[in-house]
Amino acid sequence: MSQHQEKARIIRFEQLSGLNVRITLEAPLIAGSAEAGQFVMIRTGSGQDPLLRRPFSLHQTSSGGQIQIYFKNVGRGTDIMAHAKVGEMLDVFGPLGRGFSIADDKPACLVGGGLGIAPMLFLAKIISSLGRDHSQDLIILGGRTREDVEPLVDDFKQFGLALHCATDDGTYGIKGYVTDILRSEQLAENTQIYGCGPDNMLEVLHQFSSSRHLSCQVSVESVMACGMGACLGCNVDSSDGNYLHVCIDGPVFDTGDLAWNS
Amino acid sequence: MEFVKDHDPYPDLSVNIGSLELQNPVMTASGTFGYAREFEDLVNLHRLGGIIVKGISLEPRAGNPPQRIVETPCGMLNAIGLQNVGVDRFIAEKMVYLKGIGVPVLVNILGDSVEEYRQLTERLRGVEGIAALEVNISCPNVKKGGVAFGTVPSTAAAVTEAVKKAADVPVMVKLSPNVSDIVEMAKAVEGGGADSISLVNTLIGMAIDLKRRRPVLANVIGGLSGPAIKPVALRMVYQAAAAVDIPVVGIGGIESAEDALEFILAGATAVQIGTANFINPRVSEEVVDGIGDYVKANKLASIRELIGALEV
Repeated sequence: MSQHQEKARIIRFEQLSGLNVRITLEAPLIAGSAEAGQFVMIRTGSGQDPLLRRPFSLHQTSSGGQIQIYFKNVGRGTDIMAHAKVGEMLDVFGPLGRGFSIADDKPACLVGGGLGIAPMLFLAKIISSLGRDHSQDLIILGGRTREDVEPLVDDFKQFGLALHCATDDGTYGIKGYVTDILRSEQLAENTQIYGCGPDNMLEVLHQFSSSRHLSCQVSVESVMACGMGACLGCNVDSSDGNYLHVCIDGPVFDTGDLAWNS
Repeated sequence: MEFVKDHDPYPDLSVNIGSLELQNPVMTASGTFGYAREFEDLVNLHRLGGIIVKGISLEPRAGNPPQRIVETPCGMLNAIGLQNVGVDRFIAEKMVYLKGIGVPVLVNILGDSVEEYRQLTERLRGVEGIAALEVNISCPNVKKGGVAFGTVPSTAAAVTEAVKKAADVPVMVKLSPNVSDIVEMAKAVEGGGADSISLVNTLIGMAIDLKRRRPVLANVIGGLSGPAIKPVALRMVYQAAAAVDIPVVGIGGIESAEDALEFILAGATAVQIGTANFINPRVSEEVVDGIGDYVKANKLASIRELIGALEV
C-alpha cells in the first residue's frame, strides 16, 4: 500500500448547501491508487495554526486523476477549506487506511447518514461496476433535512441502483431514519451492509445486522494527528477489550470487531 | 589527510554525540515516527542522522482510552499512555527492519521503577543494531507514589545510573521540562553517568470541552508539543547546554531547518523532530537538506562550527 504526499490543485468548488462543500482536486497519484473507504489527510493552510491535517474520506476518484472530498464546515480547519478558491493548492496525503472490503458476490446495501454519505459515492461506483446482477443492491441515504441529501442524489442515481432517502424532518424522502428504511426492506439473506454516519446510526446498523446474521462494515471517524499509525492518537475500543486504531486498522471495520456502548 | 572542503559538494553535517557518530544532526523523536517502517514510502530513511523508536517497556502496554489527542493553538496535547508492543516483541518483530536501515537506531526505554529500567536495559544488551538507548524519565515512579522520575533529581540520577551500569551502548537521558530547575536535572543525570541528554519532552497541559463540561482527554492531562513549545524548549536547551559537559540534543517544536539551526546555536549537538512528522511526514529529510544548504551558503567547514555558537 503506497502513500503519496501531493500538492493538489483545486479544480472545482461546489457549495452544495448552507455548510456542505464539495471540492475536486487534482491528485493523480492518490486517485490512481485509492480504494473506496480510504481517506486523505489535508493540510488546511500553510501556517502553524491550525497545526494538524484534517482527515477526509474519499468521496470519489476519477480515472483522470481527480479526487473529491465532501464535508461540512464545522470548525476552524473546515472553515478554511470552505473558503478555498479554485486554483489554490492543498497539501494532500493519502490514500490512507483500510477501505471497504468488497464482497463481490453478495447483494450490497449501502447506508449513508449525513456526512457519512461521502464515502458511499465511491463505494456505489465500485459496486455498480461489478459484473453481476444488481437487482438486489440498495442505497439508502439520510440526513437531518433536505439539503443534507438532495444535492447528492443525482450523483448516486447515475449508477442505476435502487435508491431510498430519509430525512429527520421529512423534507426529503420519508420522514425518519435510514435505519427505518433498512428495517422495512426485504433484504436478501446474504446481503452485505456497508455504512457510514453518526455513531448512533452505526450502532443501530450493528444491532440490525447482528440480529439478522448479516455482515456489516462501517467507516468510523476519529480525531487523528498523523493518519498513518505513527501517533496512535485515534484508538477506538474493540470487541475483545483491546484498542484498534482508526487510521491503520480502519477506518472501515466489521461492526463485530468494535465495542458498542450499549 | 584532509580533503579541501571548498571542493566538497556535500557539506560536512556529521556530529558526534559522545561516541555515537551521526552523519547529520537530524533524528526523529520517540513516539512520532513509529518504528520507522511506517515512513518508508515517504522518507529516504538512510538519509537521517538517527531514528529514535517509540518508547519500549518490559511488558506490552495498551495505552490510554480515547480521546488521546487534541489540537491546541500551534500545538497538540497527547495522552497516548505509552502504548507499545513490549521489549520482547520489539526485538523479535521490529529490530530486523530497523537494523537494515543503515542509520543509528536509538531505543527509547521507559519503566515504573528503577528495577524495571535495569531489567529492560539488560534485555536490550547485545541486541544487534541498537546504537544507543534514550531513557524516558518522564514516567510516573510507581514505587515512589507516582511522582515522575524526571522531576526529582535524585531519582533521575538513580535511573540513569542503573541503566548506564547495565547498558552496552551509550545512554541518552530525555529530560522533562516540567521542573522548576532544568539545570539541576541536567546536572543530576550527568552525575548519574549519562553520555548525553535530550530535551525537552512534552509540557504537561490540559484542554476542556466547555459544552460537555469535561476534560477533552480521557487521561484529563496530556503532553503539549509542537511549535507552541519551541521558545520554552530553546531556553531550556540553552541553559542545560551551558551547565553540562556532555552533549545535548534539542527537541521541541522543530519543523524546519531554521528551527533546528536555532537549537544548534543554543548549544545542541543534534536535534530531534517530533510532532512535525505528523503534519509533514517528509519533514525530517527536508530539515537535513535545509541544514546542508545553510552550511553551504554560509561557507562553513562543518555544521559543528555552529554548535553553541550563539553570541549573547
